[in-house]
Amino acid sequence: MKSILEKETVRSGATTAPLLRELVEHLRLHRTELREEWARRITEAELLTAMSDAEIFAEATSVYDNYVAALETGTFEALQTYSQNLSERIIPRGVETHEVVGIVLLLRDVLARSLFAKYQSDFQLLNRILDAYEPAANRIANTVAVGFVQERERIIREQQEAIRELSTPVLQVRERLLILPIIGVIDPQRARQLTEQLLRAIRANRARVVVIDITGVAAMDSHVANHLVQTVEASRLLGATVIVTGLSPEIAQTLVKIGVDLGKMNTVGDLQGGIEEAERLLGYKVVPSDALSQLPGLREEAQ
Amino acid sequence: MPVQNPDVDADYWIPVASVSDIVTARQQGRELAERVGLAKGEATLVATAISELARNIVQYAGHGDISLRIATNRTHAGIVVVARDRGPGIVDPDLALRPGFSTSGGLGLGLPGVRRIMDEFRIESNPRDGTTVTVTKWKV
Amino acid sequence: MAVPILKQAEYLIATIQSALTDEDLISLQRALVEKVGKFRSRGVIVDVTSLDVLDSFASRTLRDIAHIIRLRGAETVIVGVQPEVALAMVQLGITLEKVATALDLEEGLAYLDKKLRHARSEP
Repeated sequence: MKSILEKETVRSGATTAPLLRELVEHLRLHRTELREEWARRITEAELLTAMSDAEIFAEATSVYDNYVAALETGTFEALQTYSQNLSERIIPRGVETHEVVGIVLLLRDVLARSLFAKYQSDFQLLNRILDAYEPAANRIANTVAVGFVQERERIIREQQEAIRELSTPVLQVRERLLILPIIGVIDPQRARQLTEQLLRAIRANRARVVVIDITGVAAMDSHVANHLVQTVEASRLLGATVIVTGLSPEIAQTLVKIGVDLGKMNTVGDLQGGIEEAERLLGYKVVPSDALSQLPGLREEAQ
Repeated sequence: MPVQNPDVDADYWIPVASVSDIVTARQQGRELAERVGLAKGEATLVATAISELARNIVQYAGHGDISLRIATNRTHAGIVVVARDRGPGIVDPDLALRPGFSTSGGLGLGLPGVRRIMDEFRIESNPRDGTTVTVTKWKV
Repeated sequence: MAVPILKQAEYLIATIQSALTDEDLISLQRALVEKVGKFRSRGVIVDVTSLDVLDSFASRTLRDIAHIIRLRGAETVIVGVQPEVALAMVQLGITLEKVATALDLEEGLAYLDKKLRHARSEP
């Protein structure tokens, strides 16, 4: 049983470096067979089922080489970058986190077994080799997994952003009049994006009135309600009047709770009413359809 | 005349003693924020917060300094602003020295607003040492 | 740095530069009051398009300017608030309450024309 002090010495750079070099040489020498062994075990474990054997082999080759390079250099930045690039390729193929972690751990095991086999006759040397190998191998597994997860999160964020953009169209229905129908659940991030989109649209369309319709919004917490109020105020700073339509009693309550004076906010019951009010503000005359028949010329035509 | 020593870890250090220093401080803040990669809107928030904090220094303490630093955590980059002065401190008994200070309004120094627009906000203030406000904005 | 003020018919147009100091704002206030009196202007447009930060002091001063100008019988419109600046302002909790705002110079002039036309037609 080694003393703790001796174990520490083994872990220090001066003595592990030559050991790592030795095992890296071994791993390079036996690259072909170890890689095949690994690929076999991946298939056995039914991992990477979304990929063909040829694809697995191709990726396995580059992962193996990067793995060994990381062992050799003792640095992991290149590996992290590689992991992110790899993830970018395989995530769209449907590869999941447990698969990536799984295959890296399998590689770690395959290589460890190989080291056992080589050094089994010298138990002390085997221990020292493993002392050098294990922390590095674990660091590699960690690096690859983290790289994968970060890439996955980045992709998910991008997709969510795209969905938000699509689901909050700002419509120009008339000159100077924009309508922003909001549907579904709004989280603070979506609310912020909404506001930015609206302000940009106000500028681009030179809108003087905006109708924000929240008929399709079931509930709103005070955080998001604040956002709505800020949107109304920010729009005003850009010279646009905001009319809020479709305010449910629940949301009205939330607004009052956060201190909004509903009397000061321009609200109309429904979207149609809001558009008519907007047109009125813009100076368009809104003529109800039955009144048209009262106009002399038209009456003759209708008959 | 600034009395504090420059913060050696800061990327920018601006002594604040007059109203024109307010403009300098916020311009540096915007520049650093954009260098870190913050979007225009976020950089504007940083510059606005700096403007408020610098103005507080000039109005209530006469002089002080603002240091700006790039911050990184595991996943993001951001900018840290530290506004320091040796002024009279914040005297309101409801607010001074309370950890996790969270009231809104009442200070009259625009600090609740600054707290709203920044991601992290910390204030230490007492009559002996003056006031230090530390705020952070992370890149989204 | 002094803020340039142009006279356009019965309006004054003040265009603010980005590096606006507190003193610049105070001078602007004095200059506008003086010129409104001198030219009997009916409207004042303050163009803040170049302003990248509008903090609580600037907001208070603009409100004061509008108030004083109104006492002199003229209407003030703030134009050109940038989207990011507008967002920062509302989040900070500063408003330009009771001060008219418009998108840009063109909108500002249209607003003043409409407002003054109504004022003239009143008995």
